[in-house]
Amino acid sequence: MEVIASMLRVATPLLFAALGGMVSERAGVVNIALEGMMLIGAFAGAAVAYTTQSPWLGAGAAMLAGVFIAAFYGLIVIQLRANQIIGGTAINMLAAGLTPFLSKIFFDVTGNTPSLPMEARFQYAPMIAAWVLVIGAWFWLKYTPSGTWVRFAGEKPEALESAGVRVNRVRWISVLISGCLAGLGGASLSIFLASSFSRNMTAGRGFMALAALIFGRWMPIPTAIACLLFGFADAAQIRLQGVVLWGAEPVPVQFIQILPYLATILVLAGFVGQSRAPKSLGLPFKKG
Amino acid sequence: MKFLERIQPLIAVIVGLALGLLITQFAGESPWHVLKVLAGSAFGSRYDIGMTLFYATPLIFTGLAVAIPFHAGLFNIGAEGQLTLGALAAAAVGIWFPNAPWPLAPLFAGLAAFSAGALWAAIPGWLRARRGSHEVITTIMLNFVAAGVASYATLYLLKNPDSQNPETMAVGAGYLLEHIKFFGDAPVNSALFLALIAAALVGVFLWRTVGGFQLRAVGQGEQAAKTAGIDPGKMRILAMCLAGGMAGLVGVAEVLGNATRFKLGFSPDYGFIGIAVALLGRNKPLGVIAAAVLFGALHKGTIDLDLETENVTRDLSLILQALIIVTVSADGLWSWMRKAKTNGGTL
Repeated sequence: MEVIASMLRVATPLLFAALGGMVSERAGVVNIALEGMMLIGAFAGAAVAYTTQSPWLGAGAAMLAGVFIAAFYGLIVIQLRANQIIGGTAINMLAAGLTPFLSKIFFDVTGNTPSLPMEARFQYAPMIAAWVLVIGAWFWLKYTPSGTWVRFAGEKPEALESAGVRVNRVRWISVLISGCLAGLGGASLSIFLASSFSRNMTAGRGFMALAALIFGRWMPIPTAIACLLFGFADAAQIRLQGVVLWGAEPVPVQFIQILPYLATILVLAGFVGQSRAPKSLGLPFKKG
Repeated sequence: MKFLERIQPLIAVIVGLALGLLITQFAGESPWHVLKVLAGSAFGSRYDIGMTLFYATPLIFTGLAVAIPFHAGLFNIGAEGQLTLGALAAAAVGIWFPNAPWPLAPLFAGLAAFSAGALWAAIPGWLRARRGSHEVITTIMLNFVAAGVASYATLYLLKNPDSQNPETMAVGAGYLLEHIKFFGDAPVNSALFLALIAAALVGVFLWRTVGGFQLRAVGQGEQAAKTAGIDPGKMRILAMCLAGGMAGLVGVAEVLGNATRFKLGFSPDYGFIGIAVALLGRNKPLGVIAAAVLFGALHKGTIDLDLETENVTRDLSLILQALIIVTVSADGLWSWMRKAKTNGGTL
């Protein structure tokens, strides 16, 4: 029971980020910038939650910060047509540098925000919100017109454009939503799982969300299940640190740590199931 | 090549730097002062230049590790994992055979580092060539797997019993590379020459040999290459192996030239900065060397910001790098500038 509870908690930031990544990737924009978007969100969330003593305002700030950095990403890769992998790398570096820079300005400490009291943190809300979002995303992509536009922007952008919908506008909005959700994912790290922002606190969770998204074949429900599995590996890994299960040596948790990534590679290689990316993923759209 | 295109990277660097320095204004610093600290700390003395070159050495390797696959139409963001395993392999050889004599010892350790990186990179190469898995995703994932493997090996197999730090035992004395005396106490070592030679060899291979021509042909058009009888899969695997080998050689610079052992997390993201280095250097060996020195200088220069300014820390280097990447890679920005020029408009 306890393991399940901690699995659900640990999976929460992954869920938000993976859903965010899904929206942008289904629209055709690769998002390896999830890591940086989460980091910015984690910082903004903790900073505002501390200043206002309200987790809700913190979450709002995290969403705004995510949208802001996503707008910068959109500017680079949609408007200026930079390579999406390179643009994503730049965003991740920018976030890693900007967060300690800002914490130094606002709180006079490099890399951390002050510790949050219980009242300024979330107890359950993000966990519930994440699952509501999973269902919402599934319904939205499958049954609503705007969800269909997103799917077409990633699969057949030309068809969408000739149907009178501006592809780049759809992509823009998708990237902004992506940043908003990833920011929320970051905030659920800093004001839900932990009680402050610390330097580079995402520690690869943005990439793990990306892995979950690919493992879940770019679909909401399977992606959510992947987040749970990866969250379980993460929770188990923390729990088993230094524990002796058999023999005299403690369990090498490194092998549990790498499982999600190995599983993703196997799925991507088609050894276990098959994972197919949206057809126009990564290709800038330029009106002919 | 038109003049504007030729100097494009230079303009991009200047614009990126200027933007980054302007940000320091918000932290209550004078951008001009920050620039002076940066330049002074990167090039102010022989020692400073030595430190800049020390940081530039691994960046030459990782820049090449991104540049080679680029010519085969591949994006290697796995240099971080490849260099981790290369460094680990160099350390392992040095620990298992501590009495090997110089110069055989570093040669073998170097070979081990190259091979470990190459083998690790062969995995995404093979997956791409034979299974169609996108190398961007597989290399990202393999970075994490490499980190896990290195952490296990360091903590369980090769652990230094005399230290609390996550590091391996030291390699034998015969393995160590000499520091270049000219630069005083800076740990820049003969691996710098290895990096320059590697860059030259990569240039010769890519532009002066049949293999290199075939590799680039695959990058320029898979269909045409196939028609000409080239196996694109084979070329892609080859490109990744060479790239991984280059990244692995970072182990020579770090383990044999500096730390004498493998330390977990020794790399300040050399692998990712390699992407920026290759991009700025336009994937050419000389360009990679120049870009590596620039990024090495940024790294060294910003370290002194911690002491020399009130509010700006070394984290500025990440911001500057990110902005330079953006200004270099924003394709639309340049076509917009060119259009403005041909239309007779002002920039």
